[in-house]
Amino acid sequence: MMRKFKKWRFVALFAAMTVFLTACGEDYLSTLTPAGKVGQEQFNLLLLSTAIMTLVIIVVCAIYLISFFKFRRSVVGEHVIPKQVEGSHTLEVIWTVIPIILLLILAVPTVTATYKLGDTSGMDAVDENGEKTALTVNVTAKLYWWEFEYPDLGIVTSQELVVPTGENVYFNLIAADVKHSFWIPAVGGKMDTNVENLNKFYLHFDEESEGLKDGVFYGKCAELCGPSHALMDFKVKTLAKDDFNEWVEAMQNTDQRTVSADVEAGEKAFVDNGCIACHATDAIATTPENPYASNAVGPNLATFGDRNRVAGVLEHTEEEVVNWLQNSDEIKPGNLMPLYDDVSEQELEEIAAYLMSLSVEE
Amino acid sequence: MSSIAKKTGFGATVWDYITTVDHKKIGVMYLLAGTFFFVLGGIEALLMRIQLMRPNNDFVSAGFFNELMTMHGTTMIFLAAMPLLFGFMNAVVPLQIGARDVAFPFLNSLGFWLFFFGGVFLNLSWFLGGAPDAGWTSYASLSLYSEGHGIDFYVLGLQISGAGTLISGINFLVTIINMRAPGMTYMRMPLFTWTTFVASALILFAFPPLTIGLALMLFDRMFGANFFDHTMGGNTIIWEHLFWIFGHPEVYILVLPAFGLFSEIFATFSRKRLFGYSSMVFATILIGFLGFMVWAHHMFTVGLGATANAIFAVATMAIAVPTGMKVFNWLLTMWGGSIKVTVPMLYALGFIPSFVAGGVTGVMQAAAPLDYQLHDSYFIVAHFHYVIVGGIVLALFGSAHYYWPLMFNQMLDERLGKVTFWFFFVGFHCTFFVQHFLGLMGMPRRVATYGAEQGLDTFNLISTIGAALMAIGVLMLVINVVKTAIKNEKVGRDPWGDGRTLEWAIPQPVPFYNFRQTPLVRGLDTYWIEKQEGNEEGMTYAEPLGDIHMPNNSILPFIMTIGLFIASFGALYNMDADKPWSIFLLIGGLSILFACMFARSFKDDHGYHVHVEDILAEEERLYGKKGGNN
Repeated sequence: MMRKFKKWRFVALFAAMTVFLTACGEDYLSTLTPAGKVGQEQFNLLLLSTAIMTLVIIVVCAIYLISFFKFRRSVVGEHVIPKQVEGSHTLEVIWTVIPIILLLILAVPTVTATYKLGDTSGMDAVDENGEKTALTVNVTAKLYWWEFEYPDLGIVTSQELVVPTGENVYFNLIAADVKHSFWIPAVGGKMDTNVENLNKFYLHFDEESEGLKDGVFYGKCAELCGPSHALMDFKVKTLAKDDFNEWVEAMQNTDQRTVSADVEAGEKAFVDNGCIACHATDAIATTPENPYASNAVGPNLATFGDRNRVAGVLEHTEEEVVNWLQNSDEIKPGNLMPLYDDVSEQELEEIAAYLMSLSVEE
Repeated sequence: MSSIAKKTGFGATVWDYITTVDHKKIGVMYLLAGTFFFVLGGIEALLMRIQLMRPNNDFVSAGFFNELMTMHGTTMIFLAAMPLLFGFMNAVVPLQIGARDVAFPFLNSLGFWLFFFGGVFLNLSWFLGGAPDAGWTSYASLSLYSEGHGIDFYVLGLQISGAGTLISGINFLVTIINMRAPGMTYMRMPLFTWTTFVASALILFAFPPLTIGLALMLFDRMFGANFFDHTMGGNTIIWEHLFWIFGHPEVYILVLPAFGLFSEIFATFSRKRLFGYSSMVFATILIGFLGFMVWAHHMFTVGLGATANAIFAVATMAIAVPTGMKVFNWLLTMWGGSIKVTVPMLYALGFIPSFVAGGVTGVMQAAAPLDYQLHDSYFIVAHFHYVIVGGIVLALFGSAHYYWPLMFNQMLDERLGKVTFWFFFVGFHCTFFVQHFLGLMGMPRRVATYGAEQGLDTFNLISTIGAALMAIGVLMLVINVVKTAIKNEKVGRDPWGDGRTLEWAIPQPVPFYNFRQTPLVRGLDTYWIEKQEGNEEGMTYAEPLGDIHMPNNSILPFIMTIGLFIASFGALYNMDADKPWSIFLLIGGLSILFACMFARSFKDDHGYHVHVEDILAEEERLYGKKGGNN
């Protein structure tokens, strides 16, 4: 009976914890509302470890409170000399063995999950025709923006990662300048983008981002990388497989796009002011010198109109584009883009309108 | 220099402290300097918390925030926590083991001045073009990219103060091995002495990797070497390894002495022998050993591979076992005892739940896949502040109250002390508890700001309020110190009434030679044994009253450090093409250093003897005709 009760108590603790933890945070950002298998697995480890650790805290606090209230000098008397106990072998064994057992309970799933999440062999898996079955994304982190290249699809985008749901997506990660770290809290744990070597890992996206507040998951840079480290956000759009395929096709045709008449002036200004030197406006991947790290100087703008933010952090409006072009050094200190505050306001507005027209979505 | 006559006056006092080799005075200087840097680091923390009080705040600029964040971490670890612990080690350990000074008094002084001027050098960066801004870890790709001299101040400043720490560590190792009084066997050493011993051994092995890392970084920046420049075949991950091979043991260098301090406090105010003394010693050594096996858990997301991550995950979890042993032994020390809730005991009581909370989140992070989520988030910030504030800072504050009468023959105000504790303790939990959730909710650490409507506003505000409470607590402690100093009420020997170890047996004020006769240690808690047997003297002597050999004061450590300080500016500005004069600073400074080393090496200094009649005269001066041990 007693035993049953104890078991039930443990389950209740677990359930209460889950409810409490998931009540925290926003579903597009929080690790407590995992929207993918990897994040779920990590969340389960969080629950397991929190349960074990809560147990430890309860035991310690119980002994602590009892000994404090029972053995205060005001209780035992001012002149009592307590027995000078040396120790107890039995107790020493107990509080060595029980923690070891608790740690083993945690260690086994930890090691299992470490190997499971570290297994990126699926990246190179091929079907009977020799075609890759899994989607791979090459991520290049740069001073304060992200580039996402899809090497098998021949397309590239930046600042907004677009991925299909329901399958493992593999990532090749590298940094082009200083070290950054790639983190989509709601979907799964992070991986550093080192400067000298390629890191590989995978994530699994279960939930379509459509229903979220901004329609995207939030991604963060998790390694200090300079003054604008806090502003090195990116967004993640997750689509059903069919929608994703449509998006890919649209992306592959971005070099065929024609510029509509009302933004032609903007395109001209974009070229005349040299923007085009750093920012591509089609999504076709070029072959970089380094097979993984892109050598693009500035973010690809082929899907600018579809994005959620300007420069990762500003509201997605034409006014903010102009604001960015005039004040980029104040908005994201340390970023490498030159200022365009000497260009006429009208030209900047035209550029903004042109950029907003760059879209692959309906 | 056979005279022990003292000059008085302000100038003479300053000269006395600059030249002193007395471990008690050096301890006081460590406390003063450490407190200064602690307050500095605290102000930096407050500025950061004000900036993060609300989303999209612009109280400080992003670049300045990174400087604050870097200097807060560096200052608190290297210039506040370590020196404050060294302060207590200096003030207490020689007295606990029945020694008249440390093994190398000259080096003790040198160690202090190196630490102090290293810290001053580092902090001068605020006024000389900007502080370092690549985090206290100073990861190589960012620190090489960082402009200005900030990182150079970091590298040179830490190199100097690190040398001081290494010297002090070696000094305590030798002191504890060689200078113990007769009868003070290893297994009779008080636990604070034991933890100092193990922490010193950790310093000996942990600081060289840091020194090497800093030297390589210095070469990269000064001479254009390419150890960490990957475009030239270097590798930044090596910096991470070197830093954390130092950095993780560093955590134990700090926390083990804190454990020792609490062990003393628990035993004293439970009026009971420390429960499981031998397993406490064993656990200390085991923690020290395991501390070197786990550094890569700071690097789980670097991409070392599943096998490395799994091994370091399990090794890290293993540390929880000896740490748990310690916690249970403290609890069982209280069990069956007679607990008196003085201010030091209050800090110790506050320490147990706080530190356990910090420890268990450590185990959670040891689970590598879970750490992929927690790493570099605010969860980590919460975790290590629970360990460092909940463990080390509480130990420092508690010990300040506990050892104040030993060091200054005065007692800090108990009532004010209790109010201080509650402000600090509540503020601490208020600041850092919510940060666990901020991390889980997706807030990366080291961010200068955060966007609104990401669900992070409330907890950040709570955190800032907590920081303000902590600041009030610290302020009250300072007021308490000033108040006590003005009141200047002498409290005499064993003011707590329950002192157990040798340091409490010495008459107050402690004479400069500590023990008129070397004591004979008759067991663990030797003073307790003597008291129980009704020995009014408080100790049994191992020798008759005789001449005492003491070291001479010396100005050389101070001058040597000044030389190195000047040379550092030379090295720093030598990187600028437009400052050709810097080479003269470098050579000049180093010449001063080497001249002092030459003088020290070739001019023998045998110290001096305090003769019996001098001892008797000194005792009469300190304690009057009746003598000290009554």
